Amino acid sequence: MAMGGARITIVGASLAGLRTAEAVAAALPGARITLLGDEPHAPYNRPPLSKDVMADLAGGLKTPQAALAELALRSKLAPEAVQIRLGVAAQAVEGDALRLSDGSLLRHDWLVAASGIRPRRLPLPGAEPIRHVLRRFDDAAGLARALRPGAQLVVVGAGFIGCEIAATARGLGVHVTLIEPAAQPMLRALGPRVAAAMAALHRRHGVTLLTGRRVAGFEPGGVVLDDGQAIAADAIVEALGSLPNVEWLAGSGADLSDGVLVDPALIAPGAPRLLAVGDVARFANPLFDAVPRRVEHWCIPGLTARRAAQTLAARAAGGTGGAGAEAPETPFAPLPSFWSDQYGMRLQAFGAPALAETQTVVAGDLSQIGQAPVIVEFARAGRPVGVLGLGAAPADLARHRARLDAALSQPVPA
Amino acid sequence: MKVHVDMSICLLHGQCVIAAPQIFSFDDAGGLVWVTEIDDSQLADAEAASDACPEQAIVLG
Repeated sequence: MAMGGARITIVGASLAGLRTAEAVAAALPGARITLLGDEPHAPYNRPPLSKDVMADLAGGLKTPQAALAELALRSKLAPEAVQIRLGVAAQAVEGDALRLSDGSLLRHDWLVAASGIRPRRLPLPGAEPIRHVLRRFDDAAGLARALRPGAQLVVVGAGFIGCEIAATARGLGVHVTLIEPAAQPMLRALGPRVAAAMAALHRRHGVTLLTGRRVAGFEPGGVVLDDGQAIAADAIVEALGSLPNVEWLAGSGADLSDGVLVDPALIAPGAPRLLAVGDVARFANPLFDAVPRRVEHWCIPGLTARRAAQTLAARAAGGTGGAGAEAPETPFAPLPSFWSDQYGMRLQAFGAPALAETQTVVAGDLSQIGQAPVIVEFARAGRPVGVLGLGAAPADLARHRARLDAALSQPVPA
Repeated sequence: MKVHVDMSICLLHGQCVIAAPQIFSFDDAGGLVWVTEIDDSQLADAEAASDACPEQAIVLG
């Protein structure tokens, strides 16, 4: 096999798949790259779907066509460098080939899983015509049509997506009930102190926030909670987190217990011709510990795409290939970062606040959330692992990030 | 190579400051500042910053 002409199939044509195609095309100019996307749309940017795009669509400020055009991801790919096939899904791995939803078989030398995630749904019947999720552009367009002023919206799940939808809907004059099984919104990601402050912010903006409650059932015009309370709804959003899209990899040999387990080269142990990038990849980050995790942050697709291309280029340049067991030469240690926008306030985090045991307010006052800047430092075993700004100026946050950078540049204490 | 940032769409996420700290930084007033003319040795960093921008506000050329 002439590696320069390697057949590389990338499954998933969103941010991770597109950036992988670009990086591989740059690193291996002769590679024959196929990018498969199961949506009909060319690669587009998802974060605005729960924020500006939803507001613009619901308010009639933009047509769906115009909104989608603005979301299109700019690409430096030459048209001849990659074959892009949209509206076709990967169904199964058959030896060194992939069975597609149109029945065809596509052979590869390397397979890259960029298949991402899908929203988790409640396994309960009822109210189907008014139940929504939010992951794809078409989801956002459908939900936006229901967000008329005065409408009743029930959001099930107060993670980032649920909270962003609630905030956007309040801005549109929609009545919002937000239901969360945990004690606070975004509790796992932000820790109890910040999450409690965010709960107060949502309530101050008129959201009916019901924590410690679950949906027990759906009725034609609403939901019933586990305490028997019935809540009427014109629209219901299930925002309960996500499931990785890995079913098509069954039998590939990869560990699919939560996404695709990959080594620091992003190769899947047990499936030596398979790499994974983006939301679906589960990898250990030596900045923190040796526990492999999936990371659903916007920055991860781009960082894993570059890493995957480095791996493929190294193999082409004389790597032995085959077993895929040799130790990677450099660690893969990307600095996570994420943001959210709620009620005009930016939450911007660096590092991994979710791993922290303690939170310390290092600037501002959480009782002033949304009105004055707050910066919170997160630590585990006394070591800074994350910093979060709430409405904080980027320069102020950058100054506090220096402490995090210094801590993360030291090896993790054994 | 010139580095251009469309400040009408920049939302100060700061991803470029992480990806290419030699090129992008925040000034004391909280604004984004950047090196407008880079050499080839900085191209990879600049491209990483451009890719990392959630608003696609960074244009090289």
